[in-house]
Amino acid sequence: MDRIIKARGLVKRYGSLTAVAGIDFEVGRGECFGLLGPNGAGKTTTVHMLCCVLPITAGDIEVCGLSARESPRLIKAMLGVCPQESNLDTDFSVVHNLASHARCFDLPKAEARRRAEALVDRFRLRDKADVCVDDLSGGLRKRLLVARTLVNDPAIVLLDEPTTGLDPQSRHQIWDEVRAMKAAGVTVILTTHYMEEAQLLCDRLVIVDQGRIIESGAPQALIAKHLGGQGTLEDMFLKLTGRQLRE
Amino acid sequence: MSLLRNISYRVRHVWRRNLDVSLFGWKSTVLPPLLEPLLYLFAFGLGLGAYVEKVRFHGRLTDYLTFMAPGMIAVGVLFHSIMECMYGSFVRMRYQRTFDAMLTTPLLMEDILAGEILWGATKGLFAGLAVLLVIGVWGLAAFPASLLVLPVAALSGLLFAGFGLLFASVSPYIDNLNLPVFFFINPMFLFSGTFFPLDNLPKWLRAAAWCLPLTHTVEIMRAATFGVLTTRLWWSAAYLAVLTPVVCYAAILLMKRRLIK
Repeated sequence: MDRIIKARGLVKRYGSLTAVAGIDFEVGRGECFGLLGPNGAGKTTTVHMLCCVLPITAGDIEVCGLSARESPRLIKAMLGVCPQESNLDTDFSVVHNLASHARCFDLPKAEARRRAEALVDRFRLRDKADVCVDDLSGGLRKRLLVARTLVNDPAIVLLDEPTTGLDPQSRHQIWDEVRAMKAAGVTVILTTHYMEEAQLLCDRLVIVDQGRIIESGAPQALIAKHLGGQGTLEDMFLKLTGRQLRE
Repeated sequence: MSLLRNISYRVRHVWRRNLDVSLFGWKSTVLPPLLEPLLYLFAFGLGLGAYVEKVRFHGRLTDYLTFMAPGMIAVGVLFHSIMECMYGSFVRMRYQRTFDAMLTTPLLMEDILAGEILWGATKGLFAGLAVLLVIGVWGLAAFPASLLVLPVAALSGLLFAGFGLLFASVSPYIDNLNLPVFFFINPMFLFSGTFFPLDNLPKWLRAAAWCLPLTHTVEIMRAATFGVLTTRLWWSAAYLAVLTPVVCYAAILLMKRRLIK
């Protein structure tokens, strides 16, 4: 299988605090890859290193054969990133958010506009196209954030808790979009606290705890391995990471 | 100096993003820089100026309004560029998370910060141009010498935008920005030869005033609007030309350190 992402010995330290303590993983092209773990496990830190916004302390990540340390601009041009918390531009309307973000990828104005309009339709935001982001509901904002990840036609999409706080309808719509991305050959990296979501969408996943990968594999295979096939991914997750509260 | 290597043509995306915001709310962007100087010129120039004897400038006696007019160009540049990169950049960095969003595109932090400074300078230049227009129409500026105001406004705009970002970079909270307003901006606004000749000040205060960057901006701008350009101005130009890159570099360095751990 063609490995589009290779992380080797990845470490992130902030002074004496180790957020990511040396993790290795590979993601195949077109795969949906899940990063699971309790709060503070190092998932978002890993995602931030992968999208080249956070310097790597040790180890490296290769994306399409490019090192995150050496070619951040080239890697970022291939990625679509949906952050955990909205960083939509509150000064702009829905459609202008998409167009403005697109232009940061060096797309000409007309092309940026065209892509923005197409995403507005695809994500069923047409009624809200000219509404300012401040006036959108949480669900619509998340939908717009996911739509925005696609403005640069990315090879890899990183979704950091894309469905947190959403109603079941919005959640299902985002799941449909993830499936559509996969169908289009896009590689998806997903972090989530919803085990049901991970089980539904992920081809493979890793469970991260205290900055290390403690288990990896396909969801069904992991349930079979740890619970003899009897139970859910959540049962297995709690079995591996314990019931103790984090943070 | 990898900081400088990381600044690319992509600064224009940041600049354009901020321009778009300004154009959407163009009334609040365009009107204040045009009307503000009128406020000062009426209040101080006409109102207070009525009590002021002629002011001596370059051996000539001149009326107060004409004397203070170029100071208002400098003040326009100062306020509009420094405020944009203090409060504006702070809000975009902290509350709007605009930097975070842009950082997930091929832009690097250096592009974003340089774009912010460039934008702040643009606002300063625009404000300077607006005041020059007003006092030009009023008949308070000599042309073509007054056109020299524009490059000086651009350079000073960069300098003050750099100062703004520098202050934003070391302020943990937005309220901390009141400190540079009180200790840096207000003293400069009042003591840079904007409202009265520095010769009126006691010797020690005059020496302090010559350390303030705005003094040098005012010095060149007043010479320009009076059309009396002397070689002495090169000292002020050199001061601005040396300080500007230093301040901008420090601002980008410290802000990057603050944001990327």
